[in-house]
Amino acid sequence: MASGERTAFENPVVEWIDSRLPIFTMMQKEYGVFPTPKNFNYFWNFGAIAMVMLMIMLVTGIFLAMHYTAHTSMAFDSVERIMRDVNSGWLIRYIHMNGASFFFIAVYIHMFRGMYYGSFKKPRELLWILGVLIFVLMMATAFMGYVLPWGQMSYWGATVITNLFSAIPFVGDSIVTLLWGGFSVDNPTLNRFFALHYLMPFVIFAVVFLHVWALHVTGSNNPLGIEPKGKQDTLPFHPYYTMKDTFGTIVFLFIYAFFVFYAPDYMGHPDNYIPADPLVTPAFIVPEWYFLPFYAMLRSITFGVNIYIGAGAVLAVLAMIPVYSKKTNKELNIGAMVGMFAVAGALFMLGYFAQLKNGAGEIMLNLPLADFFFVSAKLGGVAVMFGSLLLVALMPWLDTHGIRSARFRPLYKTALLVFVALTFVLGIAGGKPAEGLWVYIGQLATLYYLAFFLVILPLLSRFEKGRDLPPSIHEAVLQGAK
Amino acid sequence: MTTIKIKVLAVFVSLVMSFSFGFSPAYAAGGGVKAPAQQWHFDGMTGQFDLAAMQRGLKVYREVCAACHGLKRVRYGNLEALGYSEAQIKNIAVDYTVTDGPNDEGEMFDRPARPSDSFVSPYPNDKAAKAVNDGALPTDLSLIIKARAYGPDYLYALLMGYEEGGHGHDVPEGKHWNKYFPGYVISMAPPLSDGIVGYEDGSPETAEQYAHDVVNFLTWAADPYLEERKRMGIAVLIFLAAFAAVMYGVKKRIWADVH
Ligand code: HEC
Ligand code: HEM
Repeated sequence: MASGERTAFENPVVEWIDSRLPIFTMMQKEYGVFPTPKNFNYFWNFGAIAMVMLMIMLVTGIFLAMHYTAHTSMAFDSVERIMRDVNSGWLIRYIHMNGASFFFIAVYIHMFRGMYYGSFKKPRELLWILGVLIFVLMMATAFMGYVLPWGQMSYWGATVITNLFSAIPFVGDSIVTLLWGGFSVDNPTLNRFFALHYLMPFVIFAVVFLHVWALHVTGSNNPLGIEPKGKQDTLPFHPYYTMKDTFGTIVFLFIYAFFVFYAPDYMGHPDNYIPADPLVTPAFIVPEWYFLPFYAMLRSITFGVNIYIGAGAVLAVLAMIPVYSKKTNKELNIGAMVGMFAVAGALFMLGYFAQLKNGAGEIMLNLPLADFFFVSAKLGGVAVMFGSLLLVALMPWLDTHGIRSARFRPLYKTALLVFVALTFVLGIAGGKPAEGLWVYIGQLATLYYLAFFLVILPLLSRFEKGRDLPPSIHEAVLQGAK
Repeated sequence: MTTIKIKVLAVFVSLVMSFSFGFSPAYAAGGGVKAPAQQWHFDGMTGQFDLAAMQRGLKVYREVCAACHGLKRVRYGNLEALGYSEAQIKNIAVDYTVTDGPNDEGEMFDRPARPSDSFVSPYPNDKAAKAVNDGALPTDLSLIIKARAYGPDYLYALLMGYEEGGHGHDVPEGKHWNKYFPGYVISMAPPLSDGIVGYEDGSPETAEQYAHDVVNFLTWAADPYLEERKRMGIAVLIFLAAFAAVMYGVKKRIWADVH
């Protein structure tokens, strides 16, 4: 990378190395003098924090792996041995266990930052996509890690989640067999999950490297969402942001340490202290908290796509085409759009109620052809769950508004904060048994989640006027806005 | 700046809290009243084990629960943490018999347990345990406190939660009504009643006291490093707080001249 011009270092050892492999020059350029907008707020700490969490996970994980046994008859006992007999084993395990949760907390805040300040927009689209990829890899890693202690939730969580893949047409069953290494979650499953759980963090590490590389090509976004125009808008990364990041990281670690030492099992499920038993199904199977919003969306699709819902969806897409399409410069026909959405909504409701059962178990609305499904409820749920991640990756093309920061887009800001609030609601719904009111709450929140990306963002991109942007970072900071 | 920091913290804390409030009641799913919260000596940031209660709890475990429940993740030698001497521990261990071997003749043989042995379970395997207990499995108690939501409160409530009659429900022969047990109908007969275990330290020989003591003992069994963890936690938090304060000062000075 940094093979161009080089200034000599005074220290002869450093200079000897640097003249052969200019790693010090690179660090100096990328982390020393790297020009960084001077108006960051504390949301910009979470990238560094996530990096620290990844390191903590790697180190504690490697120590755990030295004592862990990946066999169904010994895994649980080996983890208990770590807790009781290995020197400081309890500490290492609690750091790793809670580290997964805090890693996700850091990354969720980091992602929210990107959405709020429009960091995903041009020219940072690839940076954003790499971030979503890291997130997906983290989810896979954490899911497989949670299986390793081979408790009741490990086993049954693995069974429920791997079973989802069977919904995929044609290849689903083969994928499930491949994941299991047999015909149920069993020893081969545990073995391959351990191998992959050890491998994936290193893959994450590599993608993080690309992520940071891409960042250093475009430079950072900032709370105003306007590009730095010159030296007066930036500061060298060191010491300004190295020190600020260190401070923020320590505060984060303080909260993390509080959980490790005073509530180490708070974020886990008590059932995972019961050894896995394929013959005893837990009363209620829940994934780890960081999966709950996605789990809720999965379970919200209690209905298949029949001809009514299918027609409604096609109509909604038709209504949105002029909005998606870049070429339509002429005024949109709002009346026609609203009308099409109304009809689409009505069709959807018909198709939905034609599948809904009342208290006595009878279909609420009898319609012809309503029980012929193009897409089953199970596949629909899986598609929505994975699709919800894909939509995040596609954000740069769904939100094409010229203004980045939500500070200058009151409508976007409101829509986004509602989105965040409803993601919390989804998280709560995902932790409840799928019955009664929570099903409907989950369905409405899922509807908003999808509409936020597919309808609200494209519409706002077109219609939101936004506020005037400040002329430069420097001037805005001088006026007291940061 | 400070307000932003507080805002970030608030967002953070509410994030964690709202999720946990969101899903904690789910753990109680399946019926059974939520156990009332009790005060425990080991609670809180400076919580410590109550050695006297644990010693009495060990006695309750050995004289009552051990008839049906194992404690296989604890070794006799671990009892040192309860304040016993090596000789006392050896004395406890010899009461139990373990099968060892094979010896030089290739035979398995029985010998008295040693401090390095794990607590001997009452049944050779789960099937045997079920056969004797009407098809219900008396679980190993090593981890019971961690394996139930609000473990100490739950266990105390469970032991004291038996009710005669079953509120007009049909309780099958040999089963019992317990309002804290998920599903209410439990196969364990009320294990505790006043006076069944003799105490040498003058503590009241009541069912409540037995339940309290056995919870203390089993909390240690499930989480033997609780005290060490809490002690270390204070030191770590003080260190991080001081480090954060220093870094805040450093950061403020460095940023002082930035406009
Ligand atoms: C006579 C045998 C017997 C004795 C003595 C006994 N138990 Fe049990 N225990 C059982 C059986 C059987 C079950 C399984 C109950 C069921 O699943 O319905 C059980 C279940 C339990 C459970 C699990 C409840 C749950 O939430 O699943 C706990 C905790 C427990 N016993 C604690 C104790 C303690 C503490 C003592 C001593 C004070 C004790 N038991 C004494 C037979 C016994
Ligand atoms: C991206 C980083 C990582 C994440 C998100 C992650 C997540 C998890 C989770 C959620 C668990 C279950 C914790 C429990 O309930 O006990 C776990 C366990 C485990 N992890 Fe990781 N992990 C990561 C990195 C690593 C690495 C790098 C290794 C080793 C090289 C490792 C080794 C282990 C082992 C051996 C266990 C089982 C022991 C236990 O359950 O405590 N992990 N991991």
